[in-house]
Amino acid sequence: MVLGREFEEMCAQMYYRGKMFGFVHLYSGQEAVSTGVIKACLRKDDFISSTYRDHVHALSKGVSARKVMAELFGKKTGVSRGQGGSMHLFDREHGLLGGYAFIGEGIPIGLGAAYQVAYSRRVLGNESDDRVAVNFFGDGTCNVGQFYESLNMATLYKLPCIFVVENNKWAIGMNHPRATAPSGIADNEPWIYKKGPAFGMPGVHVDGMDVMKVREVAMEAVERARRGEGPTLIEAETYRYRGHSLADPDELRRKEEKEHYAARDPIPQFAKYMVANGLATESDIKALEAKVKEVVDDCVEYAENSPKPDMSQLLENVFADPKGFGIGPDGRYRYENPGFTAGTAEVS
Amino acid sequence: MQRLGCGAAALLRRSQGDGAAAALVPQLVRSYATTQMTIRDALNSAMDEEMARDETVFIMGEEVAEYQGAYKITRGLLQKYGPKRVKDTPITEAGFTGIGVGAAFQGLRPIVEFMTFNFSMQAIDQIVNSAAKHHYMSSGAVTCPIVFRGANGAAAGVAAQHSQCFAAWYSSVPGLKVLAPYDSEDARGLLKAAIRDPDPVVFLENEILYGEPFPVDEAVLDKDFVVPIGKAKIMRSGSDITLVGFGKMVGYNLKAAELLEQEGISAEVLNLRSLKPIDRDAIAASVRKTHRVLSVEEGWPQSGVGSEIISIAIEECFDDLDAPPERVTGAEVPMPYAQNLEAAALPTVEHVVAAVKRMMGK
Repeated sequence: MVLGREFEEMCAQMYYRGKMFGFVHLYSGQEAVSTGVIKACLRKDDFISSTYRDHVHALSKGVSARKVMAELFGKKTGVSRGQGGSMHLFDREHGLLGGYAFIGEGIPIGLGAAYQVAYSRRVLGNESDDRVAVNFFGDGTCNVGQFYESLNMATLYKLPCIFVVENNKWAIGMNHPRATAPSGIADNEPWIYKKGPAFGMPGVHVDGMDVMKVREVAMEAVERARRGEGPTLIEAETYRYRGHSLADPDELRRKEEKEHYAARDPIPQFAKYMVANGLATESDIKALEAKVKEVVDDCVEYAENSPKPDMSQLLENVFADPKGFGIGPDGRYRYENPGFTAGTAEVS
Repeated sequence: MQRLGCGAAALLRRSQGDGAAAALVPQLVRSYATTQMTIRDALNSAMDEEMARDETVFIMGEEVAEYQGAYKITRGLLQKYGPKRVKDTPITEAGFTGIGVGAAFQGLRPIVEFMTFNFSMQAIDQIVNSAAKHHYMSSGAVTCPIVFRGANGAAAGVAAQHSQCFAAWYSSVPGLKVLAPYDSEDARGLLKAAIRDPDPVVFLENEILYGEPFPVDEAVLDKDFVVPIGKAKIMRSGSDITLVGFGKMVGYNLKAAELLEQEGISAEVLNLRSLKPIDRDAIAASVRKTHRVLSVEEGWPQSGVGSEIISIAIEECFDDLDAPPERVTGAEVPMPYAQNLEAAALPTVEHVVAAVKRMMGK
């Protein structure tokens, strides 16, 4: 959680210094969800699908902080060699399916990973395959068709997946109750977790500012999925401490609301819990914070000193088989021409 | 594309010496301008005036009301017309676009704002299968007076999923009209025309241009100023080559023309304004005059708008051409994030200048 926070706050600094560009969406405030689900309950071979707010999900899943920072700097040493950027982090080795910029787009993708696990068990005979896929998305996404289509198929096909809604109350400037209808005839609240039972799966609400509580519900959902008993929908109530992205003036959220959630900051809350329960001392926590600062500073230095992508990358990875670029006037495949990947926007 | 014979043709044309005459033609847009207006204000005032004129006009989309628009294009409209006519929607493109189309079938005139046109992919069934085809399928019984508008094409640093030009996609669909403004005059006049039009109009804006001020004269500020759909505009007259573009690329072409003028090449700059219907006559007339045509667009090359421009030039005035038509386009790759790759994926003024010189045999 501390790494997540420090990393994101460093991103803000680097964005304002012009080291990263475009849209940068920070996760500060929501760390208990990422840590409580991914770090606490998942294995390296499990899958997660994320959104444009994906840096900390990647870190929790074990992706190198250096490689994430380098990606945000648009450097060759980044997770996607600078081709993906902030909203599109991918790491196959760590089961990070991707950061998806479109609302709801990542959910069926995560479901596809779960489908592959189910296929491996049921068709390919790998009965011990108990990997799971966790789909992360926000409250704004719970009104998108792909979410409902996925809930239906997850139960229909009994897939090993978990839906985690990080309800931070605001979709850019749209407050959750302004966008989502009440969840019941006698219930005026737009609960998202209550949509679970309508699709034949458990729906659980959890305090997303409390990492231990998140861990508890996630553990149960993950175990259920590993046993082959199907999906779970978890709604974690949380809050982002910054605007939607660093370009958002954040003028609509009330000061009182921000203060309410600032007082429930998951990091000091958990530090207090650890000290009270004899899990760590104040000095342990200080040492950890110092260590994390070092790690984050190291990431920045690494990213700063890394080379830019080679121009050859402009045309690499468009196809797995570059024959897709077609045949040139000399009868050879275009990609075989020397200098093909030298990169030019001019096409004639 | 082959470029055989280009040099010889260029030599022939140079001997006519019409470059000097073209240099005397003033840039009409700037000569009588009185006021500066940003594209944002042009779009905003167009919607404002049309909402005041016709109470069946309403706006819906994500963040259009309380947030005042993700790019502040709808600023102030909620305060003026209230939440019933400026409607914030959930993030449900397929749903709210469908509602807009359904309401238009019943006689309302919705303006559906896509935060960017990338998100219109979620709603393309409603745009292509519903909006574009109902008039035909119902044998004229149903009309769909709707405007789909928002930022199209590449912004800066927003990578593969947020940087795509949909001009070629939408302009290939029968039943849709597709407009792309370049300056504030276009933005105001075309948007007002789109809102008043009885058919579905796809209105492609450019995020990078929103804050850009352009000179406008009194006529443009008139409440009934509309730009006719289907007519291109000559932004700069020239005699050696026609540079055809739409949206932001018109600005690139104007800059390129200035640079080329210093080298004695007179380029005519044609602003398409309307991609569907496309002004075949204007393209052909210009090419007959200059004998060369270069199409410039940010989108991808294959089956792009440039393919259409070149087809028109060949179909309409093959015998007038002194050089094979060419196009400058974005590279045929998803938009990379890293700045150096992103820059290499997009057309530049230098690309336009280099292509023109090559076509002129210089």
